[in-house]
Amino acid sequence: MLHLLLFLVFGCACGAGAINLLVQRHPINSALSLVVVMGSLAGEYLLLGAEFVAAIQVIVYAGAIMVLFVFVIMLLNAGEEERTSGSRVALVLGVPGMLIGAVLVAWLLVERSSTVTVAAGALPGDPQTIGWLLFHDYLLPFEVTSILVLIAIMGAVALASPPGMDASAKKEG
Amino acid sequence: MSITQFILVSIVKIVVAIIVLLTAVAYTVWLERKLVGHIQNRWGPTRVGPFGLLQPLADGVKFIFKEDLTPPHVHKPLYIAAPMIALVFALTAIALIPVGGWIHVAGVSTPLEITDVNIGLLIILGIASLGVYGVALAGWSSNSKYSLLGGLRASAQMVSYEIALGLSLVGVLILAGSFNLREIVDAQGGTFWGFIPRWNIFRWPPQIVGFLVYLTAAYAETNRVPFDLPEAETELVAGYHTEYSAMKFAMFFMAEYANMITVACLASLLFLGGWHGPVAGPAIVRALLPVFWFGLRVFAFLFLYIWVRGTLPRFRYDQLMAFGWKFLLPVAIANLIITALMVALRS
Repeated sequence: MLHLLLFLVFGCACGAGAINLLVQRHPINSALSLVVVMGSLAGEYLLLGAEFVAAIQVIVYAGAIMVLFVFVIMLLNAGEEERTSGSRVALVLGVPGMLIGAVLVAWLLVERSSTVTVAAGALPGDPQTIGWLLFHDYLLPFEVTSILVLIAIMGAVALASPPGMDASAKKEG
Repeated sequence: MSITQFILVSIVKIVVAIIVLLTAVAYTVWLERKLVGHIQNRWGPTRVGPFGLLQPLADGVKFIFKEDLTPPHVHKPLYIAAPMIALVFALTAIALIPVGGWIHVAGVSTPLEITDVNIGLLIILGIASLGVYGVALAGWSSNSKYSLLGGLRASAQMVSYEIALGLSLVGVLILAGSFNLREIVDAQGGTFWGFIPRWNIFRWPPQIVGFLVYLTAAYAETNRVPFDLPEAETELVAGYHTEYSAMKFAMFFMAEYANMITVACLASLLFLGGWHGPVAGPAIVRALLPVFWFGLRVFAFLFLYIWVRGTLPRFRYDQLMAFGWKFLLPVAIANLIITALMVALRS
């Protein structure tokens, strides 16, 4: 009972945050709505017994990535965005596309669902299990992903440095 | 334990924890004013009560009755929410800090903390990482250049030093094999050769480097001297809380000191053996003496905090960032690798 209630509370907060993210006109309000979405998702993970994933969700997404979002918005001093009348392409292609997607997902969930209901906490979500999976069973994919992230970081650094400025020039200037 | 008992015990524990924490916050401010006064050859507060002991009370009354100004042109919802966010997250972290063993009263046994969770340390880090929003939003919503610069500095500094702070703790986690703060403390009980306590800074491989990295990063995380760039009064007036007055300002103040206490508690639990110490005497003394030893460690850590404030000058901002990324982070990673290698080779 309490479980269901908490699920609904977090679910509603998540949905409301997502809608608010789109409706708000100021970037900082949108970013804060996204924090609410991340936080309530962490709550849902916690309800599923995935305590480690929930904590990481808060630390990494709500606490680090979104802080950088807010930081960038503050740094650029981004103002309120202007309302446009909306593009016709979005109306013609977007709305039917979204409807088809929603119907497909609903159909898959109803018809093809082979999932079984398990009690909360029945599936392992503790740090030991996840650590074992990451550093034992899925070591190669994990390391490849980390190198991929490293490449992205290096790309960002290369893009951010002014053109025609190599390492030696940087040292002098 | 029945559900009513559980709720009753929890409420009692929450009320006690909040009262103790807020009193500790008030008297840390008093201690700071007094100590910094003596360091600078002054007396500090002396007029209100003996040794100025009632000064925090007088300050509190003043803050409550002061006119609450809201400057024009602020982003009002966030301007009001920012001090609340800062204070709420600063106070929440105390719920996961264990201060001693178990107590047994009238057939009910309960741990001496509000709640004991498996991943306590991670949740504290999560709460701490959310606390940045209070400072960042205060800086932005005040719509003033000093506040904005303070908020920007604060968020960049806190995100940068969080990495070194988190990595410095991993060595301890490897030694204890758990995220549970109670298990981490339990692993530090006993002594080597009868006189050296088995605290994490003395164990093999020793975490003294991790402790020093944690100590340094903690000063930056709580925006304290020598890393108090977000509120550097010589250049930014008061940084992110320039535009705040009365109780809203006091909330930032309380949040800063509550964060200091949380950081001190974590240092005691993770590196200095938690509540371990000599216990003797009747059962009630045996139950409460560990709390005293824990409090003593926290006091020592806060004393060091204030001592450093009275001693060191402020860094320049580029020095702060270079120090965090180019020195503290590599040292933390080296400590982590050496600890992991030693533990792996031993087993």
